[in-house]
Amino acid sequence: MSNIDKSAPETPEFYLREDYHPEGSAGLGFWLYLMSDCLIFAVLFATYAVVGRNYAAGPSPSDLFDLKLVAINTGTLLLSSITFGFAMLSMERDHRNGTLMWLAVTGVFGLVFLGIELYEFSHLIQEGAGPQRSAFLSAFFTLVGTHGLHVTFGTIWLVVLMTQVSQHGLVTENRRRLMCLSMFWHFLDVVWIGVFSVVYLMGIVG
Amino acid sequence: MFSDPAILKLIFGRLTFDAIPYHEPILVVTFCAVMLGGIAILGLVTYMRWWAPLWHDWITSVDHKKIGVMYIILAIVMLLRGFSDAILMRIQQAIAFNGNEGYLNSHHYDQIFTAHGVIMIFFVAMPFVTGFMNYVVPLQIGARDVSFPFLNNFSFWMTVGGAVIIMISLFVGEFARTGWLAYPPLSGADYSPGVGVDYYIWGLQVAGVGTTLSGINLIATIVKMRAPGMTMMKMPVFTWTALCTNILIVASFPILTATLSLLTLDRYVGTNFFTNDLGGNSMMYVNLIWIWGHPEVYILIIPCFGIFSEIVATFSGKRLFGYASMIYATCAIMVLSYLVWLHHFFTMGSGASVNAFFGVTTMIISIPTGAKMFNWLFTMYRGRIRYDVPMLWTIGFMATFLIGGMTGVMLAVPPADFVLHNSLFLIAHFHNVIIGGVLFGVLAGINYWFPKAFGYRLDAFWGKTSFWFWQIGFLFAFMPLYALGLMGVTRRVSQFDDPSLQIWFIIAAIGVGLIALGIASFIVQLIVSYFRRDQLRDVTGDPWNGRTLEWSTSSPPPEYNFAFTPIVHDHDSWYDMKSRGYVRPSEGFRPIHMPKNTGTGAILSALSVVLAFGLIWYMWWLVLLAFAAVMFVAISHTYNYRRDFFIRVDEVEAVEAARAKLLTAEVI
Amino acid sequence: MTVKGLAHEDASATHHGHNNGHEAGHGSLRGYVIGFTLSVVLTAVPFWIVMGNLLDSKLMTVAAIMLFGTAQIVVHMIYFLHMNAKAEGGWMIMALIFTIIIVAIALVGSLWVMYHLNTNMMPMSPEQMKNMP
Repeated sequence: MSNIDKSAPETPEFYLREDYHPEGSAGLGFWLYLMSDCLIFAVLFATYAVVGRNYAAGPSPSDLFDLKLVAINTGTLLLSSITFGFAMLSMERDHRNGTLMWLAVTGVFGLVFLGIELYEFSHLIQEGAGPQRSAFLSAFFTLVGTHGLHVTFGTIWLVVLMTQVSQHGLVTENRRRLMCLSMFWHFLDVVWIGVFSVVYLMGIVG
Repeated sequence: MFSDPAILKLIFGRLTFDAIPYHEPILVVTFCAVMLGGIAILGLVTYMRWWAPLWHDWITSVDHKKIGVMYIILAIVMLLRGFSDAILMRIQQAIAFNGNEGYLNSHHYDQIFTAHGVIMIFFVAMPFVTGFMNYVVPLQIGARDVSFPFLNNFSFWMTVGGAVIIMISLFVGEFARTGWLAYPPLSGADYSPGVGVDYYIWGLQVAGVGTTLSGINLIATIVKMRAPGMTMMKMPVFTWTALCTNILIVASFPILTATLSLLTLDRYVGTNFFTNDLGGNSMMYVNLIWIWGHPEVYILIIPCFGIFSEIVATFSGKRLFGYASMIYATCAIMVLSYLVWLHHFFTMGSGASVNAFFGVTTMIISIPTGAKMFNWLFTMYRGRIRYDVPMLWTIGFMATFLIGGMTGVMLAVPPADFVLHNSLFLIAHFHNVIIGGVLFGVLAGINYWFPKAFGYRLDAFWGKTSFWFWQIGFLFAFMPLYALGLMGVTRRVSQFDDPSLQIWFIIAAIGVGLIALGIASFIVQLIVSYFRRDQLRDVTGDPWNGRTLEWSTSSPPPEYNFAFTPIVHDHDSWYDMKSRGYVRPSEGFRPIHMPKNTGTGAILSALSVVLAFGLIWYMWWLVLLAFAAVMFVAISHTYNYRRDFFIRVDEVEAVEAARAKLLTAEVI
Repeated sequence: MTVKGLAHEDASATHHGHNNGHEAGHGSLRGYVIGFTLSVVLTAVPFWIVMGNLLDSKLMTVAAIMLFGTAQIVVHMIYFLHMNAKAEGGWMIMALIFTIIIVAIALVGSLWVMYHLNTNMMPMSPEQMKNMP
């Protein structure tokens, strides 16, 4: 083994003697997952853009879309975003019950959003404007439906996390998970901005 | 009741006894061979009482080293399957002249070329490169594992799940007959109503989950878990290429997922994305799938560029020439790979302006690769080159890949492509770059890193034998295809009218025979090396006088990789440590925080396979059950808050002391 | 070499945060309320423009929708997702920018390519067929 030669420059330190704690990866990791999800939605938006005017002599957006309902839905989702924000603020202040309460409110808004969307879908299908009718409708149902599926999974995750916060309190793991769900929830609202702008509003404009 | 068709349909969906191919002799023989082989392996495992260690040490392992090894084992197994398809095709094409229809009708031939492509890309090349990145990157950056060890385990098993789904299609039902990208309308419900395309879809979707998550995992690992002092520009080149590859994975696989999902909706729900009527546009599928497809081929080759960079530097005894320009070139390739995709369908009719744009970008993307080639050559120049097996593969790569790259630039010219698209010239080109680039790269990597993983080098004689058979076999197998393509022969054709072509196909068949000997030599190399492992033992952990941190650990490394996290001062950090007189610490060890093993990944993957089977055969009760089970297992896993443990100081001391003893014995 | 069984201590007793409670930006009540208010306005205006048919030009309406939508996305990023150039050592914003570039390439590229393909390749109407030379 080599020893330090006094005439040579000092051997630098090559080993860290203390415990090494690299920063947690969950935030970045989950953000990267959201970026991949962004791309899935990008494909669905691109498809909608390309085939979205292929009505196949069937109904078009102006025949089908009820903007008042969409406005209510948009408002619901936006409200759920801020209530989740309040849940995060409670978490920062270590208020377990406050966190749980705001999460519950968020979940309710999420369910309302899904309920309205399911109502809209079933109404369209009853009118004969289901996803099989034309490429436009296929793209519509898939894009909006995929967003709705994400909200569904987010709501399930929210309920599971609520039980875990009740059980274990606001421990590090749960804070990490709440932070990830928070990113997920807000990301879904961002996607919805795209949906209501491109699908509903531009659909009515024609 | 059991003959009531309605009940049978409810339980078995569209699965009937006809799905089992009794009448296909090749499949029956294969099935018997697989059964016998399988029983032999199961018997051996039972006799040696390996079930418990298999479960505890391998299946449930979250250790990146074990997972990396398992990826490579998967890839080797699937290589044998994919190569069998190649042999079948070469023989068929060599004999199907002068009215002879050969032994494979088009119904089978079409499945074979489809399976060959799917397996080689998704279940050989991807697992090979993923396996290397998994094994090597944490060691190269001085980390103890990846950022998300459980996710790593889950990703691996999902890849295996996808492979299992594809393999099941051999014996139950049939595979897709659409080519490896399954273009609609042929792959739509109207023209492929059977189960083949569904096997394809679900196999890829299950594997795709694994790949995407693995991409996220490795990016986070490289960004967050580097040893102190290792800035981005001090990372080893292989780690850089791994970073760029995983960025490509995360930014491209979702496109595949979404596009296949649209095809799935067309097939299952009756939507009209890619149908011929009701507003569908099948050209959109081609467009989308290649937006994924082009980055995919760079995902395959960029890690191999990294492997070659490491090998060239090590076996030339010199630091890599132009480190910074290598990095910039890799990043340039990464970004540019998103701007060339249309060159895969110049002939679909987008017109001159679009074709010209993409033709130019395709030619531009060859430039950074050229820069890399020069950097490798300049590294070798005035180096003291050692022609060990990894270096042979590297030199073979440089010559072979060069040819393939040049034919790629030829194809980049749209008017030339109008003649050559979907001809055997194209097939020769991409096999040229994939075999010369990816396959030579992984074989180089296996020979290079095998001692690190297993503690003994691979036998050099059989390694050289394997290399020469592959190199010469490749030339025999694919150079004729360039000629055939220029003469106008189309791909995916199983019978030919023009007898003057036959000689070329016979030469190609000889080539595939030589490659088969290359693969056989590789298997022999593995076996012989195992039996000679004591003579081939690597006790220092650094058999090649390496330059990067993985060579500072023992061979194999301890479970925790590094007792003390290294501090990095320069790139080629291990070489730096060796030249500046590092001293291995012998005391002051601390308990090491490690993640626990878990079976959840393997279980979720198995359930995913069941779910896929139900979806393929329309067994909706099974789909619901399996989906519920997946949700239940996944959610239950999150209720486990005790997923880690500490390795005690005395354990660490024992391992480190044993290594110190080995090192001093070696020196003396 | 595997080390298991009794040799391992359960980490939960001595576990301390390996993960970032403090890395990602924090919200504040003020931030969320500002974000919410801005979002409401940025939602209401385009809805109002469309439902009330306020602008004559279709092009202007579409431009307005895209503008307000983009602005609201930025508001969400800043006030709800706490996006800033420093989060995670700059990697979050780099990942976002890279993703936006890829999304833009995929969208613009697809539209350009598909437009050309459709023009050149979609079936002709009977009148077009009749007029072929």
